[in-house]
Amino acid sequence: MTAIASPERLVLVAVLVPFVGALVIPAFHKRPNLRETVTLTTAGLLCAVVFSLLGPVIDGARPEANVFAIAPGLAVALKVEPLGMLFALVASTLWVVNSIYSIGYMRGNDEPRQTGFYVCFALALTSTIGVAFAGNLFTLFLFYEALTLVTYPLVTHKGNTEAIRAGRLYLVLLLGTSLVLFLPAIVATWVLAGTLNFAPGGILAGKTSPAILGVLLALFVFGIGKAALIPVHFWLPAAMVAPTPVSALLHAVAVVKAGVFAVTKVVVYVFGLDTLRQAGANEWLVFVASMSLLLASLIALSCDNLKARLAYSTVSQLAYVVLGAAIATTTSILGAGLQIAVHAVAKITLFFCAGAIYTAHHLTEVSQLNGIGRKMPITMLAFLAASLSIIGVPPLGGWNKWTLALGAADAGQMIALGAIMLSSLLSVGYLLPIVARGFFPSALEGESSKGTRIKEAPLACVIALGCTALLTVALFFSVGRVEQLLLGL
Amino acid sequence: MNAVLPHLPALQVVIPLLGALLAGFLRRGGVAFALALAVSWIMPFISGAMLWQTLLTGPISYHLGGWEPPWGIEYRVDVLNGFVLVLVSIVGAVIMPFARRSVAFEIEEGRQAWFYCMYLLCLTGLLGITVTGDVFNAFVFLEISSLSSYVLIALGPDRRALLSAFQYLIMGTIGATFYVIGVGLLYLLTGSLNMVDIAARLDSAWPEYSRAIVAALAFVTVGVSLKLALFPLHAWLPNGYAYAPSWATVFLSATATKVAIYLLIRFYFSIFGVAIDVDTLPISEIIIALSVAAMFIASLIAVFEENLKRMLAYSSVAQIGYITLGIGLANQPGLTGGLVHIVNHALMKAALFLAIGAIFYRARTVRLTELAGIGRKMPLTMAAFTIAGFGLIGAPGTSGFISKWYLAIGAIDKDWWVLVFLIMASSLIALVYVGRVLEVVWLRKPTPEVARASDPPPSMLLPVLALASATIYLGFDTEWTVGVAGNAVEALLGGLR
Repeated sequence: MTAIASPERLVLVAVLVPFVGALVIPAFHKRPNLRETVTLTTAGLLCAVVFSLLGPVIDGARPEANVFAIAPGLAVALKVEPLGMLFALVASTLWVVNSIYSIGYMRGNDEPRQTGFYVCFALALTSTIGVAFAGNLFTLFLFYEALTLVTYPLVTHKGNTEAIRAGRLYLVLLLGTSLVLFLPAIVATWVLAGTLNFAPGGILAGKTSPAILGVLLALFVFGIGKAALIPVHFWLPAAMVAPTPVSALLHAVAVVKAGVFAVTKVVVYVFGLDTLRQAGANEWLVFVASMSLLLASLIALSCDNLKARLAYSTVSQLAYVVLGAAIATTTSILGAGLQIAVHAVAKITLFFCAGAIYTAHHLTEVSQLNGIGRKMPITMLAFLAASLSIIGVPPLGGWNKWTLALGAADAGQMIALGAIMLSSLLSVGYLLPIVARGFFPSALEGESSKGTRIKEAPLACVIALGCTALLTVALFFSVGRVEQLLLGL
Repeated sequence: MNAVLPHLPALQVVIPLLGALLAGFLRRGGVAFALALAVSWIMPFISGAMLWQTLLTGPISYHLGGWEPPWGIEYRVDVLNGFVLVLVSIVGAVIMPFARRSVAFEIEEGRQAWFYCMYLLCLTGLLGITVTGDVFNAFVFLEISSLSSYVLIALGPDRRALLSAFQYLIMGTIGATFYVIGVGLLYLLTGSLNMVDIAARLDSAWPEYSRAIVAALAFVTVGVSLKLALFPLHAWLPNGYAYAPSWATVFLSATATKVAIYLLIRFYFSIFGVAIDVDTLPISEIIIALSVAAMFIASLIAVFEENLKRMLAYSSVAQIGYITLGIGLANQPGLTGGLVHIVNHALMKAALFLAIGAIFYRARTVRLTELAGIGRKMPLTMAAFTIAGFGLIGAPGTSGFISKWYLAIGAIDKDWWVLVFLIMASSLIALVYVGRVLEVVWLRKPTPEVARASDPPPSMLLPVLALASATIYLGFDTEWTVGVAGNAVEALLGGLR
């Protein structure tokens, strides 16, 4: 029995579970309830498998599975290390919640082609777990590209001109950057280092000059378009035409986090923190990430469409992770890891709320939300909690920003420190007014508070967003455990 | 059995030739099809056995009629042409079942037997070019394959097929003339037509007749390049592919240009490369420049093509650019990438053209604007199209990725970093022309034209699915592509001066 459930096997199982789910879902095309049961079961199973890996990984195990070799240097191999473990935990936990939410949302809005939707979703999770557990650059790249392809049908789900146009941008920008920049960087790494395997301390140490390291870093960072570093972020706001569960799990968690996760992983395991810092090849990225962080916050301030505002907020929050990777100290990487987890939980809540508002009242713009808090109190409370978490107010969040700021200060990166502080202020500016509008309608509206009736979104939606709002608090208190995991880096 | 085995090289050519002769006497399309199917299914066993033997014991030399080379014609099979023979014969065998319905749909009953006759002749020619070790014999087979392919194209359902065939005939004849002039020069210089013999004798002729040798090289290059549609000598190809019968397009696109590429590699690496120091000539630079031009210009034209067959034809010109790029790089990873792409491109392009053939069979059109939403009606066919399309782009997990990986490493080995970005950037154009089709066929609402379409019957569907699966399979298992090609390249580069 122990052999069957050995961590090595479980790694493989984790990748296969959602894949098998995707194969089974179409069989229940005609019976929606059974179909959704399959999705939920798959999500639960995946979550259980991933959690069962947590203990061994904290204890220092690095379970790996060599699936097969394609050619010299090209092998599909999985290996669990702390960063990937964290990412997989976040993605698999939130998939469970998101699946509950999807049921409410897709049925509430009477969306077409739901079977295809759930199939693509399960495939997206397979790719995500593949990215998280990738043992070498090729495997990472393989699943990274697969993630783009299987999420494309989700982005274009509505099938109207706008969705198709957004899908075009999505595909061309994500595949384009990865083919033209990311792939050459991988080829170059293979030629320079003679291996593509992730290794603690990096594989490029002493293999090339600082200038080449800098160029390579640029190829990686901009080639991984999913990290949405300005100026390769355009796909993200465009992708918001997708149904909200997609925006919530994929474009706030799985896809974008796959991007920043890949960047962090490349910095830690391909470049090596010391190599990068000593070569000074990271300096430019600290600056670029800081600028991206601020700029995106500023754009978010000016967006009236709720999902667009959240999208730019995501761009900004992702830049925190890239910044943490760019500073390249142990503390900053820790901060980046925490940021991945905390932001994921908070941002999925915000999107759930946006979707709930759309499902219940068909409102999409911030300016339409006056008094919405009276109609949807639970939703808006969750929105408030998640906003505070993004801003970094304990006990909802804050550890992540604190650790990042500490890392920046330690490394003497004052620009980065300033950007982190300033952007937190800006996030107050773009998030809290939404809550304020919701709860304090202006007197001009003329709608008496007596007349407002509570009308929340379908129950499944409310449960889901309540769960994730509570998760932000839970995460704050379990930060010690997350740190413990990440310190194994 | 032991009586047959030594004669495999000859049988590879003789069987389809006899088949063609027999088919010429037949009047019924169905019977001719059965004959062509039988011949096509025998071929892979012969070529497979020969490749196996060369891998185990080295090159096979077969003396036709028992005449000793260099006087008699020698058939010589090494890993390189064994590899190409296997490719051509397997493609023929896999796509053959598709032909019955497609040909019956597009060609009138009275001409169907002719069609199969011409196919068998073309197969004879292509296998002959590949198997022979004699440059003039190669010319004869080149003409056999060319003349039969003119007829194959002219049998197309559209009257424009006649003009396309004529265009191809003119260009093909010019190519053949150039080739034979090159061969003539070589014969004058060395007094031999045997490839191995020429390579051995050219060496001593070099100091005195270097100009004549360079002229021979140039004539052969231009002649063969016309056949393989190297940019800018590709003008015959798009119309030829677009207006030929669907199945003929599949066969020609997957095999004819590939065999011509083989011939070029043979001349460069087994004849000229052995005899003279080719690095003193700017061959590499010229080939690479033309390849890159093909990759970009032809891909860009493909982006604006409405007719899917023409679009894929231009895509072929671009993809041939990747293969010749490998020839130009002429180092272990680069040439391996080129050779591997011969196989990968042949299989994926066959899958794509088969899918188009199936679409034409069901919807009677290949114009993109009239095919909106056909993915919902023919899901399996279009899924195969999608997979093979991603192969063209070179997405990881498809065979196209493997080719590009090796080409990119080959470029870095030469310290040509810019080339790496050019290879990848041109894949991006492939993404645009493939993505454009996918968007229309999957996301648009089905039009009345395609409303009654559905996936074709198994005899047509299975070949499409098999080739699309091969695109994925060869993206993960490279033993028979990279492994064998690497083996062939080692021998080629090892023999270089």
